[in-house]
Amino acid sequence: MIPALKNADVEPPGPRARARRPRGRGGAVPLPLLLPAVVGLAFLLVPLLALLIRAPWRGMPDLLTSSAVWQALRLSLETATSATAVALVLGVPLAWLLARTRFPGRRIVRALVTLPLVLPPVVGGVALLLALGRNGVVGKWLDSWFGITLPFTTAGVVVAEAFVAMPFLVISVEGTLRAADSRYEEAAATLGASRFTAFRRVTLPMIAPGVAAGAVLAWARALGEFGATITFAGSFPGRTQTMPLSVYLALQDDPDAAVALSLVLLAVSITVLAGLRDRWTGAGAV
Amino acid sequence: MSGGDPGTEAGTGTGAGTGARDGGVSGTEAGADAGAGPDTGAGPDTGAGPDTGAGPGADLGLDAHLVVDRGDFRLDVRLSVAPGEVLALLGPNGAGKTTSLRALAGLTGLTQGHLRLDGQVLEQPERRVRIAPERRPVGVIFQDYLLFPHLSALDNVAFGPRCHGAGRSEARALAADLLDRMGLAAHAHAKPRRLSGGQAQRVALARALATAPRLLLLDEPLAALDAGARLDVRAELRRHLAAFEAVAVLVTHDPLDAMVLADRLVVVENGTVVQQGTPVEIARHPRTDYIARLVGLNLYRGEAEGHQVRVGPEFVLTGSEELAGPAFVAFPPSAVTLHRDRPESSARNAWRARITGMESHGAQFRIALAGAEDGLPLAADLTAPAVAELDLREGTEVWASVKAAQTHAYPA
Repeated sequence: MIPALKNADVEPPGPRARARRPRGRGGAVPLPLLLPAVVGLAFLLVPLLALLIRAPWRGMPDLLTSSAVWQALRLSLETATSATAVALVLGVPLAWLLARTRFPGRRIVRALVTLPLVLPPVVGGVALLLALGRNGVVGKWLDSWFGITLPFTTAGVVVAEAFVAMPFLVISVEGTLRAADSRYEEAAATLGASRFTAFRRVTLPMIAPGVAAGAVLAWARALGEFGATITFAGSFPGRTQTMPLSVYLALQDDPDAAVALSLVLLAVSITVLAGLRDRWTGAGAV
Repeated sequence: MSGGDPGTEAGTGTGAGTGARDGGVSGTEAGADAGAGPDTGAGPDTGAGPDTGAGPGADLGLDAHLVVDRGDFRLDVRLSVAPGEVLALLGPNGAGKTTSLRALAGLTGLTQGHLRLDGQVLEQPERRVRIAPERRPVGVIFQDYLLFPHLSALDNVAFGPRCHGAGRSEARALAADLLDRMGLAAHAHAKPRRLSGGQAQRVALARALATAPRLLLLDEPLAALDAGARLDVRAELRRHLAAFEAVAVLVTHDPLDAMVLADRLVVVENGTVVQQGTPVEIARHPRTDYIARLVGLNLYRGEAEGHQVRVGPEFVLTGSEELAGPAFVAFPPSAVTLHRDRPESSARNAWRARITGMESHGAQFRIALAGAEDGLPLAADLTAPAVAELDLREGTEVWASVKAAQTHAYPA
């Protein structure tokens, strides 16, 4: 049972998950619950184990030191981090707007924000092309006025990843904001703070753990982004070919390389999750 | 709750209000003398003419008519408080006390009425005037203090001055000075969760005073404290309030807090003012059941004719005062005597009653009685031996009597 609980714990949809951490009651675990739980656990872990078992450990040093791998990894980390930054700059204010103000159609806006969560990423990529492509609704003006073209560029990768990842951040931060006591903002107002000052100096520090959780979710989502990226930005090595794209392409002609690349992504994900989780539990004792 | 002797507490309370006012607590001088501003330097050319806005006397202080309409609840309260005065809004839960406080702070908008502070209109819906909370010279101490958990005590106090444009070091110096005066220098760098209830309250007070407000609002300032800390903190808070030179309004449901801390009480029930006056006046002459219970008196309303007050169709109480017209009659539970048989003493007021509840308070028993037949409901205080001797228990039928000399009648 313990690994299953840990697993549930690692999924970090904000502080709410921390609040209702499961607590055992003792006694026997009923079979109708235990059996599916073990199968579920195996279902999640066996593929990862297979990755480790079938990994071409002997050829690994060569595979990993090849410049193509490093190029893809660096590009992935850079674009995912940039996309997370974009999501933070735009998404936190959006979350604040949804959580703290009342305006007509707020519920519809909220539903629209969550749409990319369930939208197939490829569809997102097509939509981005139609909006920001060279002949797109907005892209046309970007091109003729500023000479900016986004599709099939590294910036385009960031755009595609941010489009897919930002809703995760917005939903996570909005939930944290709703749970946070808005009377602290009133207290700040009585001390002479404008709404923006209150947000910057009181609300933001108080919801920082929720923002961090949302940022990690968004970052992980951006790192693994495939469909929107390949549709909107294509797959040019060194420019738009991120790790997931190179894994997929390597699988066609060099399966060993694909496995090695997958292991690298797995390691990066685990490292980041573990590192941030320790920091949360440290700060979580508020 | 209090029951005790509000009279003496109230006496000291009013005394303190007028006492030492050395401006000890007010941090900065900004805005502290708004009234005197306009006529400085204007003297020479206006000569003998009556200078405009010079008279600080009439306009200073708080003048408010708070009307807040929220469908099922309507608040309609008029308040007028002079600088240096401490006013307590006293009332049961849901009476509209906290709404009044929020309206004064600007956190809840007025539906009608007006709000003026030191002559400046802060809010007047009729004229579409509404100054935002952050631009009002108001300081608030919230019920659970709402100290910012991520900031040290010092930075909590420095927050207000920073928002008012002070530099970081300037604000911190001011905050350190305030905390020092509150005896909290040693805790300046502690986070709020490391502070005791009493310390947190002093930090909250320092934070509210740091912006030199012209109106200080306190929402149930002692409610978050346990009984042990309350006594000390109450005494200390009274000293600070007495030294505060601007208007202070506090909200409480605890009559003892109100009587110790405030110079004047305004009792609010169901969104309206039912009585106001000094603590002594209110304790002596309660005008509603709620206040009578708060100050521990039995209270009845009726028609007076000479020494007699008719409080029920068939029931007349005899008092010591001569009155005519609508009147209240009040007497303390300690003035009540209970008997197994009809008393034949000099007590003129006697009626049958049934015991509905008994509670012990130290060596005393507070006994709640419902009137039987035409009798009045009342509370009586008896000693433990008396209770034993009369063999009293819930449901027992007794005779209650009160001497005329121990009742107190006053016009309604």
